[in-house]
Amino acid sequence: MGEPSAYRGAAITGVGFTEFSKASGRSVLSLAAEACRAAILDAGLEGADIDGVVTYQYLNDSVPAQAVAAVLGLGDLRHILDSGLAGQAPCYLAAHAATMISTGVARNIVIYRALNGRSGQRVGSARAPGDAADLRHDAGLIAYPQTIALWARRYMIETGATEADLAAVAIAQREWAARNDRAFRRSPLSIDEHHASPMVADPLRAVDCTTEVDGACAIVLTSDERAADAPHPAVGIRSAAYVLGRGGGLDMADSSSWPDLSRNHTSLLADRLWADAGLGPDEMDFAQIYDCFSSVVLFGLEGLGFADRGEAGEFVRAGHTAPGGRIPVNTNGGLLNEGYLHGMNTLAEAVLQLQGRGGDRQVPDAETGVVTSGALQDGSALVLVRR
Amino acid sequence: MSADPPPRFISPHAEGEFYWTSGADGVLRLQRCGDCRRYIHPPGPVCPYCHSRALSPEPVAGTGTIATFTINRKEWIPGFEPPYVFALVEIDEDPTIRLGTNIVGCEVDDVEIGMRVEVEFEANGEWHVPLFHPLPVERSEE
Ligand SMILES: [Zn+2]
Repeated sequence: MGEPSAYRGAAITGVGFTEFSKASGRSVLSLAAEACRAAILDAGLEGADIDGVVTYQYLNDSVPAQAVAAVLGLGDLRHILDSGLAGQAPCYLAAHAATMISTGVARNIVIYRALNGRSGQRVGSARAPGDAADLRHDAGLIAYPQTIALWARRYMIETGATEADLAAVAIAQREWAARNDRAFRRSPLSIDEHHASPMVADPLRAVDCTTEVDGACAIVLTSDERAADAPHPAVGIRSAAYVLGRGGGLDMADSSSWPDLSRNHTSLLADRLWADAGLGPDEMDFAQIYDCFSSVVLFGLEGLGFADRGEAGEFVRAGHTAPGGRIPVNTNGGLLNEGYLHGMNTLAEAVLQLQGRGGDRQVPDAETGVVTSGALQDGSALVLVRR
Repeated sequence: MSADPPPRFISPHAEGEFYWTSGADGVLRLQRCGDCRRYIHPPGPVCPYCHSRALSPEPVAGTGTIATFTINRKEWIPGFEPPYVFALVEIDEDPTIRLGTNIVGCEVDDVEIGMRVEVEFEANGEWHVPLFHPLPVERSEE
């Protein structure tokens, strides 16, 4: 992203969700409209106030921004964006929307992610352009857990991390999920239960994988002036970063050219993110780290500088990321437990925490937090602050 | 793996088709730039290093090293019987080139990162699918 001044004139003021389910029985358009409407009302606005609609999807698994604008009766749009980025998108798009507002292109923007991710098109089954997808399909790699397993195994070999470290992530986040009504998986998880969970793509077990769901999530951004009148505290973007590591653009399994499968985008963007924020990991009240799989949290903790190289597992096993820990991580239970809304809900959870609306899982006095989007060498991140 | 080859879902674009036909003569070929001489994989429309369009398949030795792998314990594709190993193999000519492939000719639990492997080809309909099996371990002394 650009200079922080480019996006610091706007704030996030509202969030909206649909129910998360295994089979919504509804169109994606209906889910998207419901989440957007909820977020607009949450921000204290009306449909007529919204002049920007933004979304992201993965290979046509969702509905276009203009379609959602149409069904919500939004007529005077000034900004529209359909991004092809998937889980890498939410932090990037939030900063982008803030830039559009800060520079006067639009006044109030809604960003949504909507999909029937369980009952409809599932991630990994769709084919990206170019030959990259064929080059994995032919050898039986069709699903996302298999791709992440390649990275997880390389990380474990290089750092000495073990299955107990993966388990620790899943267990800590289940503790958070128990405090979140929206979470799909809420029952406590023991290490024995983790190790008894079916191995799907070695070293990843079923409980190391996100819960695919049908649903939608949205946030609303507005100008700083309007944010002062919003019903809930405004959440500002202190810094923002996006990065594409080499070889990440063709297909989710296009790891061919990425030299280090034991580090992801968080390692590439952390220096920029912290420098622009003027803050460091020690000053964060929480971290919401994109976690389609347990191993990705270990990458994020090390990439962002919360733990030293190879020590993220020990950090999590020591309880530092769990309720009451030094740096609460994925306080909604994460994508692992709340559901796989491709990181839109990860960002929304950060907003709720900074607004003091975390309920049973509220981090006391949360004023600053870091959020990431994406699992591989491409992704984005934000440092957020309560205004 | 079963006796019948598994379904492989190959529907290549023009630039990549050679990858699955090259093995007809027992030789693995990868796309290579005629100008800067770098190998390119996945095959693309333009050299990502020098933007030359003088790209063509060229033979490689067919040996490499396993960079990472996953053992698939679940049936992801009907007819593609688990357990099977999906690996990324770094080729000897350029370790930054990694081929996604199956490791065959050994037990899945014997596969390791760093294992030396060699290509073989599975006849599968019109295709010759590059797969890799372990090379005998080289010993520096008797
Ligand atoms: Zn070239």
